[in-house]
Amino acid sequence: MSETNKTDATVNMANLRGGVEYASQWRLMWDRFRKHRLALVSMFIVLAFYSIALIAEFLAPFAPDEADAKKVFHPPQMIHLFDTTNGFKFAPYAEAYTLTRDPETLAPIYVLDKEHKVAVTMFAHGFKYNFLGLIPTDIHLFGPKTHGETFFVFGSDRNGRDMFSRIIYGARFTLSLGLIGVTLSVTIGIMLGGVSGYYGGKIDWVIQRLVEYILSLPTIPIWLALAAALPKNWPPHLQYMAVTVIISLIGWTHLARVIRGRFLSMRGEVFVIAAKLDGCSEARVIFRHMLPSLASHIIAAVTLAIPSMVLAETSLSFLGLGLQPPAISWGVLLKEAQNIRSISAAPWLFLPGAAVVMAVLSLNFMGDGLRDAADPYSH
Amino acid sequence: MLSAIPFMFMVSLTVFILIQLPPGDFVDSYAASLSASGEVIDAATMADMRHRFGLDQNILMQYFQWMSGIILHGDFGYSFEWNSPVSALLWERMGLTLILSICTLMLTWMIALPIGIYSAVRRYSIGDYFFTLVGFVGLAVPQFLLALVMMFAGVKYFGIDVTGLFSQDYANAPWSWDRVVDLLKHLWIPMIILGTASSASLIRIMRANLIDQLYMPYVVTARAKGLSETKLLLKYPVRIALNPFVSSIGWILPNLISGAVITSIVLNLQTVGPQLYQSLLSQDIYLSGAILLLICLLTVVGMLISDILLVLLDPRIRFE
Amino acid sequence: MVDIVNTAATNNDVILDVRHLKTYFGTGDKAVRAVDDVSFQLKRGKTLCIVGESGSGKSVTARSILQIVDPPGKIMDGEILYYGKDAKGQDLARLDERGKEIRSIRGHEIAMIFQEPMTSLSPIHTIGDQIIEAILLHQDVNKEEAKNRAIEMLRKVEIPNPAVAIEKYTFEYSGGMRQRAMIAMALACNPKILIADEPTTALDVTTQAEILALIKNLQEQYGMAVLFITHDMGVVAEIADEIGVMKNGHLLEFGTAEEVFYTAKNDYTRELIDSVRKLETSARKARKNTTTDQKLMEVRGVSKIYPGRKGFLGGKTSAPFKALDNVSIDLYEGENLGIVGESGSGKTTLGNCIIRVLNPSGGEVLYRMGSGQIVDLAKAGTHDLREVHQEIRMVFQDPFASLNPRMTIAQIVGEPLLVSGKAKGQALRDRVTELLATVGLPAMALDRYPHAFSGGQRQRIGIARALACNPRLIIADEATSALDVTLRSQILDLLLDLQEKLNLSFILVSHDIGVIRYFCDRVAVMYKGQLVEVGEAEKICSAPDHAYTKALISAVPGTHPQDKRIMNRHRYNAEAPSKVA
Repeated sequence: MSETNKTDATVNMANLRGGVEYASQWRLMWDRFRKHRLALVSMFIVLAFYSIALIAEFLAPFAPDEADAKKVFHPPQMIHLFDTTNGFKFAPYAEAYTLTRDPETLAPIYVLDKEHKVAVTMFAHGFKYNFLGLIPTDIHLFGPKTHGETFFVFGSDRNGRDMFSRIIYGARFTLSLGLIGVTLSVTIGIMLGGVSGYYGGKIDWVIQRLVEYILSLPTIPIWLALAAALPKNWPPHLQYMAVTVIISLIGWTHLARVIRGRFLSMRGEVFVIAAKLDGCSEARVIFRHMLPSLASHIIAAVTLAIPSMVLAETSLSFLGLGLQPPAISWGVLLKEAQNIRSISAAPWLFLPGAAVVMAVLSLNFMGDGLRDAADPYSH
Repeated sequence: MLSAIPFMFMVSLTVFILIQLPPGDFVDSYAASLSASGEVIDAATMADMRHRFGLDQNILMQYFQWMSGIILHGDFGYSFEWNSPVSALLWERMGLTLILSICTLMLTWMIALPIGIYSAVRRYSIGDYFFTLVGFVGLAVPQFLLALVMMFAGVKYFGIDVTGLFSQDYANAPWSWDRVVDLLKHLWIPMIILGTASSASLIRIMRANLIDQLYMPYVVTARAKGLSETKLLLKYPVRIALNPFVSSIGWILPNLISGAVITSIVLNLQTVGPQLYQSLLSQDIYLSGAILLLICLLTVVGMLISDILLVLLDPRIRFE
Repeated sequence: MVDIVNTAATNNDVILDVRHLKTYFGTGDKAVRAVDDVSFQLKRGKTLCIVGESGSGKSVTARSILQIVDPPGKIMDGEILYYGKDAKGQDLARLDERGKEIRSIRGHEIAMIFQEPMTSLSPIHTIGDQIIEAILLHQDVNKEEAKNRAIEMLRKVEIPNPAVAIEKYTFEYSGGMRQRAMIAMALACNPKILIADEPTTALDVTTQAEILALIKNLQEQYGMAVLFITHDMGVVAEIADEIGVMKNGHLLEFGTAEEVFYTAKNDYTRELIDSVRKLETSARKARKNTTTDQKLMEVRGVSKIYPGRKGFLGGKTSAPFKALDNVSIDLYEGENLGIVGESGSGKTTLGNCIIRVLNPSGGEVLYRMGSGQIVDLAKAGTHDLREVHQEIRMVFQDPFASLNPRMTIAQIVGEPLLVSGKAKGQALRDRVTELLATVGLPAMALDRYPHAFSGGQRQRIGIARALACNPRLIIADEATSALDVTLRSQILDLLLDLQEKLNLSFILVSHDIGVIRYFCDRVAVMYKGQLVEVGEAEKICSAPDHAYTKALISAVPGTHPQDKRIMNRHRYNAEAPSKVA
């Protein structure tokens, strides 16, 4: 068959560039994403944050609710890696402080005690826990050499609890809530947005009006009202679920909009029409031909949606309407900073806020990078 | 525009469901707070109270009474907690909320417009990177945290109290010129806190819009006419990029009002925020309902204004 | 390359002398040399056409003259001597691109019009505002006088009712009117040179003819020189006094229209001209006749009506739009049927209704399946359609949009075979390899993604996909319009080869008379949703009956510079065309 066609087989294949023509969309996306340095760095920070949340028990030197009435509002202690008093050797230690009280106000005053050191060691034995929920152990990345001693890398709060350990634990609640909330939002968003965008017509009209309606509601007051309706005496895991649902109840509308828009524009794409004419079933058109193109955009939209979930949880818990102590989230921790007298005495109570800002920033940068890389075929 | 009416009906239903959502009612939470201080309230008194507040009627009746009161008599119901009609409690706070929001909107525009233009025209310059970074941080900091930091900095380094909208002397004084001046002295701190996030997002919007416009063919046409770069920039791309910018009032104003709730609680401002929070906690349903309703109404007004502005600004929409 | 710098004495006739112009995008080794050492001269009152395919650098050359190349493009070297002000000449390439001097040239001495009149005019300023602005910039007049001047200009470019039209916005004008307004704006200050950058590419052929005639007319009135940028050799033949041919940033050939068209020295130039001339003949006539008497399809009274949009709460209600109005036509087995018309004529809608990408509002499409069974496509259900879609296939216009960028060529071409269960695994791969060979692509293309291929190659992939299930009818919707002219006849030849081998019938939808004449046996002419004329391709393209077809055919540019046919064209201006039964 092909020999009769020789005159036509003059197609020039010389323009093929080395390797790129074999590259799938994910390769191309990754190549493009990598060029966005800030996004790449942010991705690693985000990964680090989520790893921290995953292995919080291992990283936290102390149990987050371990209180010490004698160590209230203890300032942060530097960890020195090398002991230079007797020559130079690797022997990490924290400088100890002694507690005195202001004779008039009785406010605690901590004075650096040069004489004493709290020896710190790697892989110290501390409180018992199950690593990843499976392996029972009591080994922590670092901790005091002598059991019973304490040191506070990020200071302590009004009950003398270790802020460092608490922030690490807070990451678990706050960040996982963001992730689960987004998963919920995406599920609703994809279902409704996809249905709306693919079928159009009356269903689209109804769903669109609903989305418009929810979008035009003032978010924060509605959140407040919903959260205020939660019984205060619920156990933490119920609260956690309820707060997640409340936050994603509003969050899905944005995602539904984005997905619908993409679906609509893609439904008219010539290659989708071609797939229909190829005899593909409805399901095959959606899953084989449309979804791979949508996936990258959805991933980017999802990444960009997590920060608003994180901010929402933080704000609600801060107001006392989200998670309640003894649950630990960054918002709950920041509630401690609400009192002007507390933060004047212990500015390190702001540190959970720094964690929030860092997490949100890196998620935003990463999401921006993903969005720019989502369509590697444009120009 | 008439769609605002079914919208408000939907809103009123939603709000009513929301305020009815918590288990128990005001009498329960009132009894709970009394028993916390050692007093006991008997069932008969509770039933009496329920009857007096109309809480013993069925839900639908309660809704119709509430709505007809508002629509027919401008009566927003009665605040159990304050023992006073809701409308008497509301207006000054609502007014202050509006003043704060509108001032912040103005500030936001004043900041975002020039920076947005600069960032678009000098894309990838050091200044652009700087503003982009500041913008990202501005979006990443939760407002309540910013308010806390300002409070902390005020006390620690400047020895001033940044909370409230008035000094103590004027807090409960009747309106006077001095009180207005006092208000202005306090207003700028919440304005900055509230304006940060929306300025940041507006800068990004303006920058993106303008960049889209800068390389449009009509700009080349205008250049080929012999127009100078500055005149060209202002007459064509900036003017066109301004449309979505100005119409952003539609979502920024509601966002500000809704965002102000949290900031107001932290800074203890005399706006509706703390009042909403308090009434939600104590299940003072007519007060919280009225506030929610009014905030939603402001959202609709914001959207209407932005629609009208767009029609005025953009002939394409006018002729549609 | 031609070097005319030395041969050109300082001649009084020359108004613009471009010497060794180099405009690069970027710097260093990676710089894209969009214009690389180009020299030419433009004579007073004459028309110079710079012709080339996409990416040849013709447009950047034009923009370099006014220094309005989009960043990061920059003039690296060369001179652009302008002799409009004095005999000494002024080097435009030396001027500061933001400075006063170049601005006093732009729009005043040298004006420019662009390809897309819709986007080249501001959408939110009135037409008048934009013309008056140009006048006020360069003339010492007050606003009142400027406005009168602008109205006068609109009248000159034959815009009806100029005093009203001046207050209107771009979106209230039609495509042709917008381009007229652009011309009015460009000529408002009596420029000595008009640079026209593909001004008719976005327009229909009849509108193109009107705009070309208008420019010619105004050129005679004002005595200006015209630098005309185009990819269309036909347009060149119609208007050029002199021609420059560009490719890859180089000027390959420069000479008078007669020289270039009849004694071209450069191979590429000849290829360009031959490609166009080839499309003035009928390849179908030269081949063996495959047409039979057996009817393959009967289209009976097919309509497509889009309901009017309801206005919002008592607002204006737009009338229903008839995209197709009672169209009937037959197709015989082995026949190539052309459907020709301008934008909005309904030709694409007809193709889409036949293959049921769109659902027709009325009528029937009776198709005789390979099994002999007759199916009404207009009412066929999903199951029947799936069968039909194996026999009737489509080749799309845009080779970039019609291939899923996220699938390999093997997956794209194999998809119809896979979903119909005809082949899978190694058998599928073998079949796809065979199909690719049929369209002239090597097996190495299999596992590559579409982005590795050029437009022409992609169109071949699209054809391979269409052939996958042994089709009987292929609907080709503007299948060659997105390709450069030199590729068009190649693709058409490929389709004709396939037809002889595989017993295919074709419906070719196109706006391009040349393509239709080359490829089709019979032609149906469409105008505003109606079929106005059907006949033998030869007859329609040379001696049509219907007045609209006459206007259409006579507006098609020729390929012989001596024979300026569109100046003597037939004009048609009827709101409702009379229908030919």
